[in-house]
Amino acid sequence: MQNIRNFSIIAHIDHGKSTLADRLIMKTGACDLRIYKDQMLDSMDIERERGITIKSHAISLPYTASDGETYTLNLIDTPGHVDFSYEVSRSLASCEGVLLLIDAAQGVQAQTLANLYLAMEHDLEIIPVINKIDLPAADVERVLEQIDSELGLDPATHLACSAKDGTGVDEILEAIVRRIPPPRGEAEDPLAALIFDAYYDAYRGTVINCRVFDGEVKAGDTIRFMFNDSIYRVEEVGRFLLDRQKRDTLSAGEVGYIIAGVKTVSSVSIGDTITLDDRPCAQPLPGFKKVKPVVFASIYPIASDDYEDLSDALEKYKLNDAAFIYEKDSSAALGQGFRCGFLGLLHLDIVQERLEREYGLNIILSVPSVRYRFTLKDGAELYVDNPAHYPNPMSIIKSEEPYIRASMMLPDRYLGAVMTLCIDRRGVNSNMRYPSPGRVELSYEMPLSEVIFDFYDRFKSVTQGYGSFDYDLIDYRTSNLVLLDILVNGEKVDALSQIVHRDRARTRGVLACDRLKDEIPRQMYKIAIQGAIGGEIISRSTVSAFRKDVTAKCYGGDITRKRKLLEKQKEGKKRMKMVGSVSIPQSAFLAVLKSDKDS
Amino acid sequence: MTTGRAHIPGLYIHFPFCRSKCGYCDFYSVTETSLISSFLEALSMEAALYREEFTAFDTVYLGGGTPSLMAPDQVEALLEMVLDTFTILANAEITMELNPADLTREDLRVLRRAGINRVNIGVQSFHDRELQFLGRRHDRRQAMKALEWAGSAGFDNIGLDLIYNLPHQSLEDWRASLMQAIALRPAHLSCYELELKADTPLGRKLGQRGHGRGSEDLAREFFIKTSGVLEDAGYIHYEVSNFAAGMDKASQHNRKYWDHTPYLGLGPAAHSFEGASRWWNRSSLQSYLADLSRRERPVEGREDLGPQELAMEALFLGLRTRDGIDLDRYARLYGRDLMRENRRQLEEWSRLGLVEIASRRIRPTRSGMAVADALAVM
Repeated sequence: MQNIRNFSIIAHIDHGKSTLADRLIMKTGACDLRIYKDQMLDSMDIERERGITIKSHAISLPYTASDGETYTLNLIDTPGHVDFSYEVSRSLASCEGVLLLIDAAQGVQAQTLANLYLAMEHDLEIIPVINKIDLPAADVERVLEQIDSELGLDPATHLACSAKDGTGVDEILEAIVRRIPPPRGEAEDPLAALIFDAYYDAYRGTVINCRVFDGEVKAGDTIRFMFNDSIYRVEEVGRFLLDRQKRDTLSAGEVGYIIAGVKTVSSVSIGDTITLDDRPCAQPLPGFKKVKPVVFASIYPIASDDYEDLSDALEKYKLNDAAFIYEKDSSAALGQGFRCGFLGLLHLDIVQERLEREYGLNIILSVPSVRYRFTLKDGAELYVDNPAHYPNPMSIIKSEEPYIRASMMLPDRYLGAVMTLCIDRRGVNSNMRYPSPGRVELSYEMPLSEVIFDFYDRFKSVTQGYGSFDYDLIDYRTSNLVLLDILVNGEKVDALSQIVHRDRARTRGVLACDRLKDEIPRQMYKIAIQGAIGGEIISRSTVSAFRKDVTAKCYGGDITRKRKLLEKQKEGKKRMKMVGSVSIPQSAFLAVLKSDKDS
Repeated sequence: MTTGRAHIPGLYIHFPFCRSKCGYCDFYSVTETSLISSFLEALSMEAALYREEFTAFDTVYLGGGTPSLMAPDQVEALLEMVLDTFTILANAEITMELNPADLTREDLRVLRRAGINRVNIGVQSFHDRELQFLGRRHDRRQAMKALEWAGSAGFDNIGLDLIYNLPHQSLEDWRASLMQAIALRPAHLSCYELELKADTPLGRKLGQRGHGRGSEDLAREFFIKTSGVLEDAGYIHYEVSNFAAGMDKASQHNRKYWDHTPYLGLGPAAHSFEGASRWWNRSSLQSYLADLSRRERPVEGREDLGPQELAMEALFLGLRTRDGIDLDRYARLYGRDLMRENRRQLEEWSRLGLVEIASRRIRPTRSGMAVADALAVM
């Protein structure tokens, strides 16, 4: 156990976490970087393309330090987006230390801070690492000052590197060995292992990633998931290099995987404690939380014939994403579909993209919603995440919506603009701190619904990209809510309905009509778009009909070109949903939540 | 898939020379008229390379470019070459495009005697101001003369080209032009909306004008006005941009482009179609000449159309014509029952007055023709 180090790299998005991870993997010779990258690419295109880590991974790096000893460095990767902060916390709970990576040019950002706080909560050894020192815009002095004043860490403890060209990577590896404490635990105690990730393998079922705190586990053991209260027989244990390496046991201090005939990822809860059925530990490891989706939307196939395919795809997708939930749903306008829950808008984007890319489906997503709480006259408490299920307004005595605390970090010249934005988004109870001259740490309590309504885009835009943002759910608060319906040619399109604050209703109605006017392509007839609250029309817009689109000349040389153009339009049309006699493109449903055309 | 095998092919000859380039035109042409005789030699070589594949034609269309830059005896020789190489059926429609600036009364007589039986005169406008804007070499007076001489030379199948929706042109200006055209009683009129293509000088100069919604409204008004005025005068609006004094005066050659009848295109940038294949020649006179000096077909590209592509073409081309689409023929040739697949949509369009559905045919109405491309994306 003395020769094990368990650590994570934590950073604000784009501060170079993946590059450093690749560099450490290559340096320790765990595998050939080229093979590693190829394999990663195969496993998750979207992660690579978006430059974010969606799900955590773990890898064991063999490393011979300058003291001549050989160590196992377990790098536990963490997802890099606020939607997945619970997963991050479970990964960190599995570590003894972290590399806190800071971009030399951008300095400390909101996620740097949020991650630091998380690491501190877990009492981890923190090694500040300044990355990208090779950049012309690198300002190491300024970052050192921020480490001192904003992070409250000793700047003398920092390391500097360029993950891109490899400078400083050896020092990082040495520091991991010297500064991060070895794990503690009792191999003789009853098994206590923390699940920090799980993924689905088509041949083996669910592969559970865990950190063993006490005891040991081996093939043949009967294990118990303490919170889920389920029992499985262990088929195989091992650890990750590039792929799974089978081992006889996993014991205290180690990080690795367990395969135990668990059919779906959903049967495993991140944060749950694994123990032995016949010799359980006294109490589960702390910090378990059941992850709950906070953003909801319905998914419909564009062609109703594809319903079965969509149903199959969701079932398969769900195998590997425990945070995603879905159930049958049907819409008067869009037909049969599924109501789905997501951890946030990014999670929603990812699910949508993967369903389309990996399963070849053409789908429509309804306008995303948060989960509201209504108290009715008969005393019943009702959670509603689908505007179609909005209760009869006469029966409501109290409406509530979820609130978050938003933490933002920005140069103070943007303070005014950001405060205006937050107040505009019904932000209250602001808090402000100047961690260092010129920089502000700002927090607001805001309705979650305002955050999913393009807050992040607006925030980035008003801070010109220099602001960073993070949030936590706090509670439900009373709110004056109404149902905003959208009518297209007089027909209510339930998938475009939104639950909104009464003060907002008119603006949102105008905006939705405006956005839809731009998103719905012209058709053969004029299309009237209306916003309505309880039958009263509050906004309207019109998409004018085609006037003349036919090209004047179509002779020998024009035909191929014209056909290709029309084929493309036809393809585009396939991605639209017929609602009554109007084709509505997929983009329209999400556009309703955007306030600016350019964002 | 065979399409229109029963139809006799048409021959198109692209004469790629112009005295000067017009700002709106994106057809291939060059101004090096010194190369005309080399071109004509290469052309006869090219024709010879196709004599096995294409034996008989019932239309010949001499377009360009500006074929009237040829001396009448060159046209005569060219037609002779065509007759020597292929069989041209009796009563074939033999069309030549003329620029009003180029020809004398005598020239027209020679052309008529040489076998040209249909002329299409590039009048474009009856207003000198508009002609200048378009970069044409002729004026109104020359246009009137050319029409008169063509008539007196014995041509009874005269077509003229006009362009509308020019900048600063009002609907009233355009109506006046149309009335002048009607007064001359041509057998055929082609009225093209000015389209600003990005790869033309005028397109670059005027940029995206004509792509906003407001201007689409105007384009539609011009289109509807054109159709109305000419149909009132007894012309049949048989294709988006084409009008004939009677169906016997409709261009027999152009029809082949719209119903998948085979055609052979000779000359640079010319397109050909046969069976389910389309191919096109090099759009550079130099490489065209070079290929033929090696006795190679100067083909630049080729596409083989699958059933879906053929069906798509037949749909959008058919919807450009007043005859529309014969549902049974369509089902036979392309294996799709349009009416069954799109009944709701078609009935909706019929209700909106965009198409007429009768006797197993879908025909676009005047309003329908204006949006034919959108209809084709059904």
